[in-house]
Amino acid sequence: MGLLSKKDAALITDPLADNNPITIQVLGICSALAITAELKASIVMAVSVLFVLGLGNVVISLMRNIIPSKIRIIVQLIVVATLVIIVDLVLKAFAYELSKTLSVFVGLIITNCIIMGRFEAFALGNGPWKSFLDGVGNSVGYGVILIIVGFFRELLGAGTLLGYPVLGNPIPGELSGLYAYGYENNGFMLLSPMALIVVGIIIWIQRSRNTALIEEN
Amino acid sequence: MSLKQNLHNLKEKYKGTKMAPAFNAIHTFLYLPNEVTHGGTHIKAADDLKRTMNIVIMALVPCLLFGMFNAGYQHYAAIDGSLRANVLANFFTFDNFWIGIIKVLPLVIVSYGVGLIVEFIFAVIKGHEVEEGYLVTGMLVPLIVPIDTPLWMLAVAVIFGVVIGKEVFGGTGMNILNPALTIRAFLFFAYPTWMSGDKVWVYDAVNRTGTADAISGETILGSYAQNQEVIYSNWDKFAGFIPGSVGETSTLLILLGAAILVFTKIGSWRIILSTFLGAAAMGIIFNQIVAADIITESSKFYGLMNTVWWEHLMIGGLAFGAVFMATDPVTGSQTNKGKWIYGFLIGFISIMIRVFNPAYPEGVFLAILLMNVFAPTIDHYVVQGNVKKRLTRTNVKTA
Repeated sequence: MGLLSKKDAALITDPLADNNPITIQVLGICSALAITAELKASIVMAVSVLFVLGLGNVVISLMRNIIPSKIRIIVQLIVVATLVIIVDLVLKAFAYELSKTLSVFVGLIITNCIIMGRFEAFALGNGPWKSFLDGVGNSVGYGVILIIVGFFRELLGAGTLLGYPVLGNPIPGELSGLYAYGYENNGFMLLSPMALIVVGIIIWIQRSRNTALIEEN
Repeated sequence: MSLKQNLHNLKEKYKGTKMAPAFNAIHTFLYLPNEVTHGGTHIKAADDLKRTMNIVIMALVPCLLFGMFNAGYQHYAAIDGSLRANVLANFFTFDNFWIGIIKVLPLVIVSYGVGLIVEFIFAVIKGHEVEEGYLVTGMLVPLIVPIDTPLWMLAVAVIFGVVIGKEVFGGTGMNILNPALTIRAFLFFAYPTWMSGDKVWVYDAVNRTGTADAISGETILGSYAQNQEVIYSNWDKFAGFIPGSVGETSTLLILLGAAILVFTKIGSWRIILSTFLGAAAMGIIFNQIVAADIITESSKFYGLMNTVWWEHLMIGGLAFGAVFMATDPVTGSQTNKGKWIYGFLIGFISIMIRVFNPAYPEGVFLAILLMNVFAPTIDHYVVQGNVKKRLTRTNVKTA
């Protein structure tokens, strides 16, 4: 990467794997459980967080020297709330059905621990370009897990991907594809506990591939 | 050369390799190992893990055999209701047993086959001996599922239950939840149409739906939940000539199994007794509520609330859960006082779920899983209470 120095590149690549906000830091779990029943909702959530965190980090970083430290949390909340409202209104205007599916969870991006965490831990102490890269890295790391979980939950739970039937037609009388052989959708996948288990399995695989991540007792 | 010698040679040959646990397992599964312990003092006891498991399996065999006959009996009785007039003559027939063989045996084979493959894989990955833990689970699973459960669903559920319910926590003895019930819960939430309703409990009822030969086999709990009368006598309910999961219908044979477990001190009589007491207590409370006219016939809870408390003990999976599931020494409470509390709450909550949520007429497995989670907490407070009591008794000043 000629465009980015090695250090800058690490800001983006680290959160994708060995410092992933969901699987390693275990932040932002609530939304990962709540909206991953459909792949589409996962993608929209990932993009929304990318927008909010990428831009929010830059804004906080630009203001970092003038924010009084006593009220910094309030300032951060205002910045993130502003951005979230923009996302919410855009979704309502251009993807109304989807915004209904995501319902309160778009608003709850404000309380997403990843965002406040990055503001506090990174943007308050680094320049705008670095903060931007950090924001993008972390939100992509978050989004990747969301999309993986959403992919498996929608595929196994409803037999569709992005709403398109990929495993055949499950309607009795006109069975086709896998369903003709007696396959049935796994309703458990659509329930929230299964998202927790899928995230758990991802964490399990990640740690068994990279044993350095396992904590000492 | 005998089979034993052959297996021993195989074991020696693969010693120290990655596949060693798998060969060891086959050897120890069939025979006593050739090795003996060396040096030092050691305790000699007859009840090792393998023997304990075998006794539980023996206690389950009557339920399994009865379930095989019952599979056929419920099928033929659903087609020709007159068979129910003379149960004993029409129950132990070869035709009934044959249906048991073609429907129940595959469930047993899939349960054991898939479960043991998973155990073998994990033993090889972790590089230690195959654990016997699955022997009992593998027998419990086919007994607590409906007869028409598709085999592939059972296989998926077994993989899930063994991996997520047991292996991720560290294998036999480390699991928080009862693996057999984890498998049942997975099936219930993943494929609800195959786990409840009035079609799945009788062989072939699903296939005949919508045809002229349609048959139905509503369970007693299902009928009560819809405020319907049932055709079964109390003797039918106690002896188990009723539709239900494969091996849990016969309270009589479950009590026989309980006697074996209690006599050999494998199952805790405290848990079994307190579970029944808890269920009876909740049943009596509900009966009193109905007697006081708080709930009337128009209520959707009326049917099950009005069920006489002792009938609650015989129908559904309560007896099976109390005897074979709640007594699991790994997931249950360990202290004697804890066992009373643990069992009582299982019975109490089972009947509560049964009555208040007609969508889950079988609340037993949920109640046991819930109490599995609380068992360590109960034990903790029992132990702390004991420590406190002894401290006051000896009048020792601490700190």
